[in-house]
Amino acid sequence: MFIRLLLALALLPGLTAPAAAQGATSSPAPEIVKAIAEVASSDAAVQEGAAVALGKTGDRTLLPLLEALREGSVYVRSLPGGKKETVIVGDKVNEGDKTLVPLFTAYGREPIRSADGKPLLADLSKLQEVPTGRSLRLVLRPLIDAFSGTTQLADPDWTVRQAAAVKMGNGGDAGALPALTDALAKEKDRWVRYAIEEAIALIQLKSGSPAERVNAATRLGALGGGDALDRLRELANAADAPPALKQAAADAVKRVERWSLLTQTIQVMFQGVSLSSILLLMALGLAIIFGLMGVINMAHGELMALGAYATYVTQGWFQGHAPGFFGYYFLVALPLSFLVAGAAGFALERGVIRFLYGRPLETLLLTWGISLMIQQGLRLWFGAANVDVISPTWLSGGLPVMVGIQLPYNRLFIIGLATVAVAAMYLLLFKTDAGLRVRAVTQNRGMAACLGVRSRRVDALTFALGAGLAGIAGCALTQIGNVGPELGQNYIVDSFMVVVTGGVGKLLGTILAALGIGGLNKIIEPGFGAVFGKVAILVVVIVFIQRRPSGLFAAKGRYADS
Amino acid sequence: MRTRERWTFLAAAVLLVVVLPALNALPQGSPFRVSNFTLNLFGKYLTYAILALGIDLIWGYAGVLSLGHGVFFGLGAYAMGMHLMLEIGAKGVYQNVLPDFMVWNRVTELPLFWRPFKSALFTLLAVVLVPGIVAAVFGFLTFRSRIRGVYFSIITQALALCAWLTFNRNTMNLGGTNGLSGFKTMFGFPLNEASTQRGLYVATALCLCGAYVLCRWIVRSPAGRVLVAIRDSETRVLFCGYSPAAFKLFVFTVSAALAGVAGALYVGQVGIITPARIGVLPSIEMIIWVAVGGRGTLIGPVVGAFGVNWLQSLLTTHYPDLWILALGGMFVAVVLFVPDGIVGTAQKLMARFGGAKTPEAAAARSEEAKAVEMTSR
Amino acid sequence: MTVGASPGGSIIYLEDVTVDFDGFKALNGLNFYMDYKELRVVIGPNGAGKTTLLDVISGKVRPSAGRVIFGRNIDLVGRRENEIAGLGIGRKFQTPSVFANLMVRENLELALARSSKGVFPTLKARLSGEQRERLDATLDSIGLLGQAGTRAGGLSHGEKQWLEIGMVMVQDAELLLVDEPVAGMTDEETEKTGRLLEGVAEERAVLVIEHDMEFVRRIARTVTVLHEGGVLCEGPVDKIQSDERVMEVYLGRSRDADA
Repeated sequence: MFIRLLLALALLPGLTAPAAAQGATSSPAPEIVKAIAEVASSDAAVQEGAAVALGKTGDRTLLPLLEALREGSVYVRSLPGGKKETVIVGDKVNEGDKTLVPLFTAYGREPIRSADGKPLLADLSKLQEVPTGRSLRLVLRPLIDAFSGTTQLADPDWTVRQAAAVKMGNGGDAGALPALTDALAKEKDRWVRYAIEEAIALIQLKSGSPAERVNAATRLGALGGGDALDRLRELANAADAPPALKQAAADAVKRVERWSLLTQTIQVMFQGVSLSSILLLMALGLAIIFGLMGVINMAHGELMALGAYATYVTQGWFQGHAPGFFGYYFLVALPLSFLVAGAAGFALERGVIRFLYGRPLETLLLTWGISLMIQQGLRLWFGAANVDVISPTWLSGGLPVMVGIQLPYNRLFIIGLATVAVAAMYLLLFKTDAGLRVRAVTQNRGMAACLGVRSRRVDALTFALGAGLAGIAGCALTQIGNVGPELGQNYIVDSFMVVVTGGVGKLLGTILAALGIGGLNKIIEPGFGAVFGKVAILVVVIVFIQRRPSGLFAAKGRYADS
Repeated sequence: MRTRERWTFLAAAVLLVVVLPALNALPQGSPFRVSNFTLNLFGKYLTYAILALGIDLIWGYAGVLSLGHGVFFGLGAYAMGMHLMLEIGAKGVYQNVLPDFMVWNRVTELPLFWRPFKSALFTLLAVVLVPGIVAAVFGFLTFRSRIRGVYFSIITQALALCAWLTFNRNTMNLGGTNGLSGFKTMFGFPLNEASTQRGLYVATALCLCGAYVLCRWIVRSPAGRVLVAIRDSETRVLFCGYSPAAFKLFVFTVSAALAGVAGALYVGQVGIITPARIGVLPSIEMIIWVAVGGRGTLIGPVVGAFGVNWLQSLLTTHYPDLWILALGGMFVAVVLFVPDGIVGTAQKLMARFGGAKTPEAAAARSEEAKAVEMTSR
Repeated sequence: MTVGASPGGSIIYLEDVTVDFDGFKALNGLNFYMDYKELRVVIGPNGAGKTTLLDVISGKVRPSAGRVIFGRNIDLVGRRENEIAGLGIGRKFQTPSVFANLMVRENLELALARSSKGVFPTLKARLSGEQRERLDATLDSIGLLGQAGTRAGGLSHGEKQWLEIGMVMVQDAELLLVDEPVAGMTDEETEKTGRLLEGVAEERAVLVIEHDMEFVRRIARTVTVLHEGGVLCEGPVDKIQSDERVMEVYLGRSRDADA
């Protein structure tokens, strides 16, 4: 997935927009000419009828006219010989006490030129203004939307096409049908096709023939999209709807509801996994430090904040110095935040924490003090307000996987990142010499030292590693939440809970605890609200620890008490 | 008590309970007069000192670090605050018997759990019992399953977070973020009068003396030695036939009850209680009072509560940005350089140069030896 | 095997006790009993289950199967450590564990048998004259009378061991569990510890785990050899030392372990 994103990123600038430039202005059909004339009528009903007629043609050349009508820049000028012409006027120019305006044709908004080929300027007071009432503007809006929709249906970006189809479907205007059908024939992307089909069905459900409406209801049920649910429910309960339609709508409601139950379940699961992966990213570094030295590093949240601010600074640098490569800033920020937080962790360990091994509670208080100082430092340096970190384009948007489910790229990225981080930690700790040393020091500091492991170096580097992971977590958090001096505080208690539940220095325990707490949180949240969700988690963790006082995967037996 | 200690205690008690309020009662303009503001400030510090004594009992003696004492302080404060809210009656902004925030939140009837707080007696009991019971239940669940060390600290911190989140909710009918404020009278005495405040101050000072005597009785009894023994080796205590869980539960509950009393006295003198007083940060700030003053001594927490809070009011008025930095620095400095705190270090120095042989000094010495032992590991 | 009270005269009786640590059977269907006022030494190679045996009796480890009967008919399985201590089983750990921040006398006072060791009785407890005398006598017998007012954390390794033995003595235990009492001691200290234990054993049953064979010969009457979580053999020291199986599993391996 990641590679796909990168590919997309690389390819995007190369793609140009082959926007379908429709028709050079040829002479319009007679009925269009008639409608153009009628649009200028002083009778509102005639005017509206003409506008709708123009809209129905689907001729894009008429879009400027409709837009001009909405803005009120359509006038009528008298031609020699008593004939009248509907024109669009441009920006006003003042000349003495006269107000002059350039004139454009109603059909295609071509500049009208005088005999010498210069743009024709007319005296505004000689022109007759076409009134645009509120009801006309109401009529015009869907017509113009339909036109812009048609353009967007041809956009190279599939998300734009999809959004256009959804919008047209929700608009429910029958005028959009031809464009949609057209687009459906050309469309290759599965998700856009789906959106178009749904839009067509929605429009037909609203304004088709009775048979079409029944058909549309059935199709909407088959498509399963949640957008149609309200409309279908309404129909199923409507007293005046034909029985066949009511039946079809009711069936469709059932199908859609069944489908949405499935999608909601998947959605909750995904959110759970997403939250779990965030917790895991944060808890991983915490757990490594806790496992090595039995220390809960209270400054972990602030190390995360350091990572987040490193990302912010990187982003700012790219904006200022290399705007062309802005999309890549995150790839630089990720390792950079690891280094920044890791360096801070290294300094912390060498500077103070190493004096306190074997006194976990003292270390807890000390790191809390450090956390306050880092927090205040960030506040003084960057200001107390949140700073903006703009996501690179390849992390915005989402990946549609099934109807009703789109997985945001930034969440997917964090899940991926957490997976990679865990795998890397596993390999590092269990498959390398360095990891062997870390584990040796973790289990028996004195013995490891006797065997020639430089335990002090191991301590410092492990602490730096844990801190670096915090930095990465902070960097990832910039993509989904606010970046401020208090960034670390929001998640930190949760990640402590993960570590405590997971047990000391157990990678698998940490993973399972993160999944459990993250998942539980998302399951409880809809029912109890976020606050009581948290309370419930605390209760669950306490009850859980009742049964396993040293966490999920505590060493048993004779070591249990040491 | 030993004679010298008794005289020191009596002198301090007389100073706090009699002399200061008497000086406050002097007529305006007298050069010896203690201003209402100062007395009120002292009163607030005294409530913090009661709270700190409780924390010292569980942390300084039994070695159990609770990062959730703000919750117990808050429970006491809210219990008293609820009574004071109801005492306002229809004299509030909305002229309604319901507290103003309820009118604002369109609550039409007094919630059930508010009703007993109309009774002053119930409130006074609740101030002690509510935090005590919450602590007892929480402690029972955690100590029984042998959650200790950093595990216990983290769980109590989560408790503080949860309580803070809960009290912030408007639907709890506890005033949400704004908490409870706007009190007019306390047990019928108008709160804005100097004499009421003086009375409250005296009550607080008396409570502090009582708390000191209570804590001293506990730590000097054989049970107090069990607490210190728990700090040294919980397993050994267990095999001596004592249940460490029961002893920890006992001091945790006493400590929570003291925090509740402190909270109730705080509300009367400060006039407001909000969730901001019970969250994660205030809960851990309380720890630093004890650490700075000197844990494992009974005078230390009192000195620490006064000292740190005095420094806080000083800094926040003159250099607001520096306070947090100073607070953080204090955590670092105390842990690294003055693990015995001010009082512990002073006692150690006195013991070294003066040869005084108080048990506190001995405890201080032992702390020193322990620290040496630890660092030499 | 009959189920019921322990065979007449046993102070502790373990029946088919199995302890399972994630698949590793630290004790495997162990049967073991001791008489009142007996001094028993348990030996065995590393991992034979010696410490686990003490853990099971003192309640630190709960067996996955079997029964542990104390005295006439008290089943110890499932009871908490402090409860078992209250029933009259004292335990001395391998590494000296005394309360470093308390005075030597306070250490003993804490361990002293009381009518109740609950929170509230302890709060109000005061030493009787008799108890005071008893403390002094114990301090004298463990040779720490002179250091009664000093902090236990400042004692030497041997002194801490004696203090701990003193603590289990004043605990009035009927059964004492002692884990490697002379490890890391000088010869003089070992000698003194031996005398102490013999004195202790005159009034109560003592179960000692020891590696030091010289020490074992000095104090032991009956020796039990554990191997792979079960009893390999049992008998007087001389008989054990000449037993071929013991030579094979214990002495052979212990030489490996010492190497």
